Amino acid sequence: MTNKANEFASASRSAIQTPEMVAAVAFATNSAAAKRNIAFEVNGTEHGEALRQQAAEARRRALRKLPELLEQAEARMQANGIEVLWAKDGEEASQHVLNIARQHNIKHIAKSKSMVSEEIGLNAVLETAGFDVLETDLGEYIIQLAGETPSHIVAPVIHKSKAEIRDLFMERLGMAYTDDAAEMTRFARRHLREGFLKADMGISGGNFIIAETGTLCLVTNEGNGRMVTSLPPVHVALVGIEKVIETLDDYATLIQLLARSATGQVMSVYANLINGPRRTAEDGGPERVVVILVDNGRSKIYNSTYAEALACIRCGSCLNACPVYEAIGGHAYGWVYSGPIGAVITPLLTGLENATPLPHASSLCGKCKVVCPVDIDLPRMLLDLRHDLVAAGHAPLLWRMGLRGWAMVSRSPLLFGLVGWAAKWGSKVLPKHRTIPVGPLGGWSKSRDLPEFAPETFHQLWAKREKGNDHEQP
Amino acid sequence: MGLVQRPSPVGKKAALFVTCMVDVLYPHTGISVVRLLEHLGVSVHFPRGQTCCGQPGYNGGYHQEAAHVARQFLGVFHDAEAIVVPSGSCATMIRHEFPVLFADDPVRLPLVQHLASITWEFTEYLVNGLGVTDLGLKLSTPHTFAFHDSCHGLRMLGLGQEARSLLENVGNAQIVDLIDHDECCGFGGLFSVKMPEISSAMLLKKIEHINACPADTIVVGDVSCLTHMNGGLSRQKSAKRVQHIADVLAEGLPR
Repeated sequence: MTNKANEFASASRSAIQTPEMVAAVAFATNSAAAKRNIAFEVNGTEHGEALRQQAAEARRRALRKLPELLEQAEARMQANGIEVLWAKDGEEASQHVLNIARQHNIKHIAKSKSMVSEEIGLNAVLETAGFDVLETDLGEYIIQLAGETPSHIVAPVIHKSKAEIRDLFMERLGMAYTDDAAEMTRFARRHLREGFLKADMGISGGNFIIAETGTLCLVTNEGNGRMVTSLPPVHVALVGIEKVIETLDDYATLIQLLARSATGQVMSVYANLINGPRRTAEDGGPERVVVILVDNGRSKIYNSTYAEALACIRCGSCLNACPVYEAIGGHAYGWVYSGPIGAVITPLLTGLENATPLPHASSLCGKCKVVCPVDIDLPRMLLDLRHDLVAAGHAPLLWRMGLRGWAMVSRSPLLFGLVGWAAKWGSKVLPKHRTIPVGPLGGWSKSRDLPEFAPETFHQLWAKREKGNDHEQP
Repeated sequence: MGLVQRPSPVGKKAALFVTCMVDVLYPHTGISVVRLLEHLGVSVHFPRGQTCCGQPGYNGGYHQEAAHVARQFLGVFHDAEAIVVPSGSCATMIRHEFPVLFADDPVRLPLVQHLASITWEFTEYLVNGLGVTDLGLKLSTPHTFAFHDSCHGLRMLGLGQEARSLLENVGNAQIVDLIDHDECCGFGGLFSVKMPEISSAMLLKKIEHINACPADTIVVGDVSCLTHMNGGLSRQKSAKRVQHIADVLAEGLPR
């Protein structure tokens, strides 16, 4: 997928001016965040927090042992009859998929949701090569019909209202007018069912790979993941190399966290544990299962100080908690991943210079860290990335000079006093509503009155007090 | 949250770090802090030469500049017994970020860690440091207040209940809830300058909640959030205002 993260400023401004989209996002994220909080309280606050710590530990342990767990996972999956391929980048991953599709003379491909496939722009590659690709997650299906990209890790179509989706179905699929979401879903389901039955290849992502058992885990709510991985004769799964976990017990912990954090459910509707292709005695399931382990920048993160970011289980709860995401939605972030985790991993995966505004797209309120099921310190990483930006020279000259000037002034009490005094007198010429239309405070004072300087600073009040001018005290 | 070893500030002189914003914009808030501490019999001093904690630069990624400013703080407060800060944000900078900033400076790091361990946010100092929740205050007329949790105080220092306890014990003060009281107002320091439209969208939501709140005054522990919210409230011609907790409490001091 093309990375437009550097257009964040203009994209976020236009997003704010799309009230219908913002309202849809705000409604959905607020209710998701509330449901998440309730789900964490189901067995008491302590249980929820203990679960969270357990999950954080499981993910960190898996990351510490990642190289050996990947080898173990590969060996166990192969022993189970799953083919394992490695891809260092998106191009290699796409090539693997193309090769497999050509080997089997595939015509129709049904996909369940995979963020890695978005990351590597797989659909475009497949369609250009002449394959018919159908997204079968309802949200992804809508996005595909609209020719858009997902705006949320878990809820790709969160930016669309029900009415917009209805209009899309009427226009593109000839659906009769309805205002009933259930009716619209039934309509989509009929279309999707045809796609499932027609598909000769299924492509999925993977939520986890359990190293000790060689199991591919797929968590969905719509059942499309199960259809895509069991109906077509060939199943290909694209999984990021960081998704390996150590044990089945870790999976038991993590799936509880994933459901609670992503959708506010105690358990997701479908949890598929795929241990290989159809066995001889079975009459269903694919004849061939291939897992493609995709790096695409992950080992670079693994070897950096940001390795902890790889603990992410893509639940989207940091998006739902984030007031910035709520205000602008996901598309403004310019790439596959949005919200706080997107602001951290987009620069790490695609290069700092290709996503310079993202680390600044946060008030550092810290809510993302509080809700993260694996306790990733996202605000700390945003701070570190900001420092990396400055250190790498990705800081506008004016800001650099301004901050240098600020440092010089704040180092010297005399200058500090003088500048404060000058600012006080300078601010006296401000118009009503205390606005400075131009300069760095232009945007700020467009919607906020600038504060007034006090007639005397605290330093001055204190000096008087020390001189014994008691009558000057308030 | 925070530090393992926090020496008790009881009986120690309180060094006031008034913060740059209080110094030039809200000196009365600094005076309120001093009056409240002296009301409790605490000996307060104001170390000369103090300016800023360095947070604006630090949060922007300008570590070198931030460290330059932070060194001024270290020089001014090096011999403090206990440091009181009327800001959760600046207290966070000193307690959590100074040790990061000076991690590679073995000469200054011990002092940095020591100062971090004796730095208290104002309400934290009163309630957790001195163990006082009832300051014996009474307002002359009844008022309704609601507390807004500033992000750093709440999520970096684990504060919020302290301010509420202090307010609840003030005579004639009634405390109500502000909807989404733990949601950011959108200030975020230079964030609001760099991305004013997003910040403004966040502020508008906060203002909506403030206008819907039965309290006539919203109480905060940080003048930065206060500046942001009051800037929006006055632009929107709302009658509601935000006040620093020290100013609200000082209103109840015996005359």
